[in-house]
Amino acid sequence: MSMPFYVSPEQVMADKAEFARKGISRGKSIVGLEHQGGVLLMAENATALYKVGEIYDRLAFAGVGKFSEFDQLRKVGVRFADTKGYAYSREDVRGRGLANAFSQVIGDVFTRENKPLELEIIVAEVGDDRYEDHRNNSLYVIKYDGFISDHPGFCAIGGNVEDVESVLQTDYRDGMPVGDAAKLGLRALSAGAERSSELDAGSLEVCLLDRERTGRKFCRLSADEVQGMLDGS
Amino acid sequence: MFSEGGTVPLQGSYQGSSFFELLQVEHDHLLPDLSAWGESAAAMIPHGTTVLTMKFGSGVLVAGDRLATAGHSVASRDVVKVFETDPYSVMAISGAAGPCIEMARILSVELEHYEKLEGEALELEGKANKLSQMIRANLPAAMQGLAVVPLFAGFDTRRKTGRLWKFDITGGRYEEGEFDATGSGGLYARESLKHGWRADLGRDEAVKVAVAGLTAAADEDRATGGVDLERGIYPIIKICTSDGHEDATEEEIAACYRSILEARAAGGNL
Repeated sequence: MSMPFYVSPEQVMADKAEFARKGISRGKSIVGLEHQGGVLLMAENATALYKVGEIYDRLAFAGVGKFSEFDQLRKVGVRFADTKGYAYSREDVRGRGLANAFSQVIGDVFTRENKPLELEIIVAEVGDDRYEDHRNNSLYVIKYDGFISDHPGFCAIGGNVEDVESVLQTDYRDGMPVGDAAKLGLRALSAGAERSSELDAGSLEVCLLDRERTGRKFCRLSADEVQGMLDGS
Repeated sequence: MFSEGGTVPLQGSYQGSSFFELLQVEHDHLLPDLSAWGESAAAMIPHGTTVLTMKFGSGVLVAGDRLATAGHSVASRDVVKVFETDPYSVMAISGAAGPCIEMARILSVELEHYEKLEGEALELEGKANKLSQMIRANLPAAMQGLAVVPLFAGFDTRRKTGRLWKFDITGGRYEEGEFDATGSGGLYARESLKHGWRADLGRDEAVKVAVAGLTAAADEDRATGGVDLERGIYPIIKICTSDGHEDATEEEIAACYRSILEARAAGGNL
């Protein structure tokens, strides 16, 4: 009878992390930015397979890595949010609860399954001025192992995240107009992009959580709208 | 839905795009079987009375009075029976108020849920069909007297026209070409609409015809509320066109009603 080889838990975890990181580092980046009128999510993505999506009234989702995995996760999030909003009230569906639930799912897969999820996600929440304790925006990042972090102002996920983040760190200002946030997002993504590709409105996927809207605050911008925002002074 | 012992949490037992089916499969405690309540419940809980819908020149109009009754008593004078289920559709309810209002809530989550998961909204016909499946699921309760008999109307953005449907308790779905009304005063409202309705009504005329229809229903059916000028309670009238929804204002409805009263005072037969 053959005995299985002993592999230490540390080694198992390190191998899984290595595997997941490799999958993610091949992908393009996404940035999340707070601005005067809400939250902006911008991805380098010229395809029709969206990386940014609506979850609920004030919540949006963005994912990098393996499309099928993070899109599945987005659907899990929509089911979670809609069920919760139906069972309680729409205002009870909050970003922190959703981000924690995602973290739980991703962490569970990381420890239990042989293959971890090759993804990183952003959960963005826009504030609502009608309620005293709902006014702030939030940006949460959840990594392939379920590690969750909270990022005031801006965040970035994906391949060349250090280059992207360093641009954001230098140039991000609180309460920027949305046009400035879009320009900053483009600069940051360009810093992370492969040198050969020049980013423009056509190769960006841009979605907003717009504070001013009533009800569902998520909106997807067309290439023309993105161009308009980047051109504006 | 999340991490239930032993299963892979990413794969819930329901993977489709319907919120109603998701509740049935994974959260059945949120969809109680009302048929267990028996007929006694039907007499005790509030019932909504008259709602009507009509096509007009640029879309559809849906209107409902505000009264709910329980047996022979007034249960509520300002209940809402007309709901926006998404930016281009409206549902109006008559029958057992509790299950009706819940069905309207589920339908509106259903339509949003589908749109978020699939990336595009259902066709208007698809929305009506979904509602008919939900009514069919309620059939056991309907047989016990807890019937849900809605009207569904909306603007079909593909065909560029307003469309409307009525339903029976088995989920039977019937598209109507002109107008319809349901509930205890529905018969009288329909009779009134028959006289006032034309295919090319303008928006303001359509509101007038709707107020006349509800007034006729309130006149003949004691359970229908009509316009309550004393308390300032007005019917809800929603208009759905290519621009989305719009509500007729209270002032507008009051003005329509006053002109009916004046015509009556002058000896008219309205």
